Amino acid sequence: MARPLPALAGGPAPRAEPVSDARTRRSSWIVWFLLRRAASLVAVLFAITVLTFLIFQAIPDGDPALRMAGRLASPQQVRDIREQWGFDKPIYVQYAKTMEKVLDGSVISYTQQINVEQEIVRDLPPTISLALGAGVIWLVFGVLFGLLSAVYAGRFLDRLLSVIALGGISMPVFFLGAIMLYWLGYEWGLLPLGGYVGLTVNPWEWLTHMLMPWVALSVVSIGVYSRVLRANVLDTMGEDFVRTARAKGLSRRRVLIRHVLRNSLMGIVTLWGLDFAWVIGGGAILVESVFNLGGVGQYAAQSIGRLDVPPVMVITMLVACAVVVLSAVVDVVYALLDPRVRLS
Amino acid sequence: MRQLARNRVALAFGALFVAIVVLCLLAPVYAKDIAHTTPDANHITETVDVGGKRVDVVSPTGVPIGPTWKGRFLLGADANGRDVAVRLLYGGRNSLEIAAIATLITMMLAIVLGTLAGYMRGLTDGLLSRLFDLVWAYPAVLLGVALGVALAVGGIDLGVFTLHSGSLLIPAFVIGIVFFPYVAKPLRAQVLSLREREFVDAARVMGYPPPFGAIRIMLGEILPNLASTIVVFVPLIVANAILLEAGLSYLGAGVQDPSPSWGTMIADGIRLIPGAIHLVLVPGIMLALTVLSVNVFADGVRDALDPKASLRGRV
Repeated sequence: MARPLPALAGGPAPRAEPVSDARTRRSSWIVWFLLRRAASLVAVLFAITVLTFLIFQAIPDGDPALRMAGRLASPQQVRDIREQWGFDKPIYVQYAKTMEKVLDGSVISYTQQINVEQEIVRDLPPTISLALGAGVIWLVFGVLFGLLSAVYAGRFLDRLLSVIALGGISMPVFFLGAIMLYWLGYEWGLLPLGGYVGLTVNPWEWLTHMLMPWVALSVVSIGVYSRVLRANVLDTMGEDFVRTARAKGLSRRRVLIRHVLRNSLMGIVTLWGLDFAWVIGGGAILVESVFNLGGVGQYAAQSIGRLDVPPVMVITMLVACAVVVLSAVVDVVYALLDPRVRLS
Repeated sequence: MRQLARNRVALAFGALFVAIVVLCLLAPVYAKDIAHTTPDANHITETVDVGGKRVDVVSPTGVPIGPTWKGRFLLGADANGRDVAVRLLYGGRNSLEIAAIATLITMMLAIVLGTLAGYMRGLTDGLLSRLFDLVWAYPAVLLGVALGVALAVGGIDLGVFTLHSGSLLIPAFVIGIVFFPYVAKPLRAQVLSLREREFVDAARVMGYPPPFGAIRIMLGEILPNLASTIVVFVPLIVANAILLEAGLSYLGAGVQDPSPSWGTMIADGIRLIPGAIHLVLVPGIMLALTVLSVNVFADGVRDALDPKASLRGRV
């Protein structure tokens, strides 16, 4: 699906360089690093909110007062609404007003006039269920397929898995979702036709309702991850320490798991952290719409369709926040796992 | 090149992609001479001959006819009685056109900004890198949908440059912007290391004076060395642009009615899903097949240009 080249999405990658006394100064490194990341988070969030606001304000026919008032409104009504919402003020005043409301949690959507933050909190469970479940599925299967592909590199299983992976990468999630709904849901009646049931309400129903969305969302990532892991494993296999380990008499399996896989998983961990945030802002919109899960992504899609700025702004901020925070977390985890990495 | 020529699978899929492109370009011919209709023509009240029987194009209950495997309604009709096969080809034309323009925009932006950031370093690099990070941190589909809807409603008017709402250039423009940091970032990193190489020093010593010297070095010395990276990225961006276009159109933020697109065709089909699965299957399979062919070809290109990517040591 429209998920831009996740394999290349690595953010500012931590540079591996030899450090003399890194271990003693590790904790202060991390504090400094987190402070700098927090500063850049604020900067990115500011820029993103301004950008979102501008995108929607730049629409020539996008006067929100006209849309809110409806077709039959008198000019006086439109004027009232404009005044009430501050649409007549300069754009930076409108921006400041909206941001003030975002930060104290009192944003009201233009069209439905309901509290945006409460709506988002209500929509979070389906989105979190979707992202977490799909994340686990694609990590497990991506690693499994990638490892098998690398071990049998050049042979039939590798070719087969490569074809499957490329097929998965090329599959539009909404098409996959639609045909699964048709056959598994409608024709064979194996799984429910979309919708969401809370985990606490009925765990079994929750599982059956989430199964198809999980698969639809994770297929692309399974393809990407297995390709990346395959390349990483083949890379690592060529390293000297692998030859040394084999030479000193360790078994093939042991070298593969303890030496090769452990090293190759590093890149996957980085990718996973970033993709997780991506999924919330990307594939989740499409999958939630197809399966009518009523999550945050679907709310975003509906709000965008109504040109409703406040919900889009809040959701965009949340996702951007998740992207930046997760990429910082990933860097720290990376540094903790790999003593050679210094946070710069 | 020879590496690529030996990779039969990649070549076969490359040929498949070319075939799809040619087929889509021939859409008007097919519409006129074989299907005898246009992509927007409405045949909702007509009947068609199937196996000697007259069948409604759209049944009284609103279910459109499935594939007839004949000239007219080869792949069935949609809910408005339009010929799916004709719309499929026209939709493909739109999708491919958008993907091509979007890729062009992405590559231009990425090459110019990535090279500038990497070569100039300092403040230029700082500002441009922040720009890359900003677009990169902005969730792609959200950015695409937000821009797409905003522009689709009102069009854009930048004085010299005006786009009307409904123009195909709007999704192309949106997709081009969404993807450029993914290319610009690696290009910048590559330029950063290239500019320290001896041949760039040599060019500098030979006296390319600033400020035009820098431009000449970037164009004459740096750019040719980026060629293989650029070639690897182009098919990847094309594949992802086709997918994003379909996704945006699916959400109503891409190609606008009445122009057909594979994404909007699938979205229309999903609403009629129990009765007329062909409305989802036909554009969906075409879309997946097109993207797959580009991806497999891209894979072959990458293997051919990066000898390290082929098999390395075995345990």
